[in-house]
Amino acid sequence: MSFSWAKPYEPKSALARWMDDRMPLPRLVYGAIGGGYPVPRNLNYFWNFGVLAGIFLTIQIVTGIVLAMHFMASADGGAFNTVNQLIMRDVNAGWLLRYAHMNGASFFFIVTYIHIFRGLYYGSYKAPRELVWMLGLVIYLLMMATAFMGYVLPWGQMSYWGAQVITGFFSAFPLVGEPIRVWLLGGYAPDQATVTRFFSLHYLLPFVIFGVVILHIWALHIPGSSNPTGVDVKNERDTLPFHPFYTAKDGWFAGAFLTLFVIVTYFAPDYLGHPDNYIPANPLSTPAHIVPEWYFWPFYAILKSFTVNFVLPAKLWGVLAMFSSILLLFLLPWLDTSPVRSGNYRPIFKRFFWLLVIDVALLGWAGGFAPTPMRVAVGQAATIYYFLHFLVILPIVGRIETPLPLPDSISSSVLHGEDAESAPAAIASKRPPRAKTVTAAN
Amino acid sequence: MATQAESATLDHQHHGDGVRRRDFLNVAAVSFAGVGGVIAIAPLIVQMSPSADVLAMASIEVDISKVVPGQGIKVAWRKQPVFVRNLMPKEIAEANAVDISSLRDPQTLAQRTKPGKQNWLITMGVCTHLGCVPLGISEGENRGPYGGYFCPCHGSMYDTAARIRQGPAPLNLQVPDYSFKSPTVVQIG
Ligand code: HEM
Ligand code: FES
Repeated sequence: MSFSWAKPYEPKSALARWMDDRMPLPRLVYGAIGGGYPVPRNLNYFWNFGVLAGIFLTIQIVTGIVLAMHFMASADGGAFNTVNQLIMRDVNAGWLLRYAHMNGASFFFIVTYIHIFRGLYYGSYKAPRELVWMLGLVIYLLMMATAFMGYVLPWGQMSYWGAQVITGFFSAFPLVGEPIRVWLLGGYAPDQATVTRFFSLHYLLPFVIFGVVILHIWALHIPGSSNPTGVDVKNERDTLPFHPFYTAKDGWFAGAFLTLFVIVTYFAPDYLGHPDNYIPANPLSTPAHIVPEWYFWPFYAILKSFTVNFVLPAKLWGVLAMFSSILLLFLLPWLDTSPVRSGNYRPIFKRFFWLLVIDVALLGWAGGFAPTPMRVAVGQAATIYYFLHFLVILPIVGRIETPLPLPDSISSSVLHGEDAESAPAAIASKRPPRAKTVTAAN
Repeated sequence: MATQAESATLDHQHHGDGVRRRDFLNVAAVSFAGVGGVIAIAPLIVQMSPSADVLAMASIEVDISKVVPGQGIKVAWRKQPVFVRNLMPKEIAEANAVDISSLRDPQTLAQRTKPGKQNWLITMGVCTHLGCVPLGISEGENRGPYGGYFCPCHGSMYDTAARIRQGPAPLNLQVPDYSFKSPTVVQIG
């Protein structure tokens, strides 16, 4: 792991030496996020989102633990009242902690989606980082489960009906489906047993996520980070030590991004939420329009796109398509046949990448609002395109596309002017034409 | 002693059939621990199934004397809504006029009601798609184009026998176990 020129850890004090002989945690930290971890020097701001995701996981765990000190997982008004009366009105600073947790979940997803699309554009999922990508998808699945169960906890109308509809997915499977649903809920409909177990799991899963994050970073640190050119690190001129260079960049960017988070939390805390969740759960009356949280909208659109029975019931198709839309991403390292990683050097891929972004946005729009015939049609077209992109377009584009010439090395792509000045003319003229996007990447 | 030492050395050699005594012990021990481990998981799994108090949730009795033809009421049973509807003769005729073979979940109104009580349509108020409560049981609610129930969640439409006619739901609204205790009292469950 790491590169031969990585600076070795040298304990500076007697205490550090004593520690290093017994439990070399400082050594581990130094090699992982300190001066001993060389990182490509040309990373752009999209590479800040991994650290940001870690920060939001921490925010969720910290605010969650303090909320849990006041929350009571009871379906007879207890959960709703401890959130909406006790935490929001009576507990000191409770409103702030709760809003931070609520919006923290949304921002966690914003950050994660940017992080994922970064990987899609720059081909970060390709060898040798397939496992980094797949562990990331595991984290994403765990996040979705955590967020879903968290949303059920305040036991408002959307909590209740969300639990009903989402566990209803399982009843689509013949024979085993309904028993599984009843087993998950601990009853025939969401009730006391459901809130209690969801609270237990909602408390547990973030720590599981934390564990998988460690694996994700471990797997990443074997080859090290990729970079906007997608070209492998060749020598010391291509890298900078993580500390102080990237600690500083991550720090400043975290400050900037958290400012945005704080602004939303203070001035529009309910903007991303749904007013119906301020109505206590009522098992006998469904809200006129049930929607999940915004970060699930694209998947909800895929679910709703199947409206006719074809061999299997429409409902089962919807559920299968929704699950496969994510499971498909596990195969991505093998579906994308191009040896070139970065979209900067893939003219055809780049266009399809942006089409995919638009497609997912359309899915979100189709999933988040009441199903008019127009929205259903758009959702159906976007669903088809989503699968086409991964199953047909990517494998073909990788074969037919002629990529732009890649830079010789990371340093030559970054130090264009400077190395031309210092390098002999022979080397400078051998340099490939500079890709215009490299400038944008910086 | 000598025999013990012999067998110990034998353990490290292959018998004629290639099986060592230690292999057998290993397989037996690991299988035993494995089966034990699997059995130990059982309580962790069954604890999540509905507990006795949930299963014991008593059956309910419903007074239907005030429900005039054309009206319906919504009652809660096992924390889920049940629709009790008194069909009008016109609605019964509509339900019986449908060609059964054209239905997604073919059932007649007679199969979905008690003999001689075809006007009492008693079903779960739980959409068979993803479990929303359909509209149409209370006065003034949207009953959809088939005059039964309309589910606002994803647009499933049920007819006057609460059979699925259009939309994503795969099945008719489920008919719970119930019986008439008297002409005006129904016991559900
Ligand atoms: C992966 C990290 C996490 C995510 C994505 C997440 C997400 C959520 C969401 C979306 C809600 C509903 C917000 C609302 O409507 O108020 C919620 C509620 C809650 N969460 Fe978390 N959470 C996470 C971690 C935690 C942790 C670590 C704990 C406690 C140890 C926790 C405890 C709670 C509690 C007590 C509630 C109910 C109070 C409330 O609704 O404000 N969460 N969570
Ligand atoms: S839950 Fe009724 S149509 Fe989906």
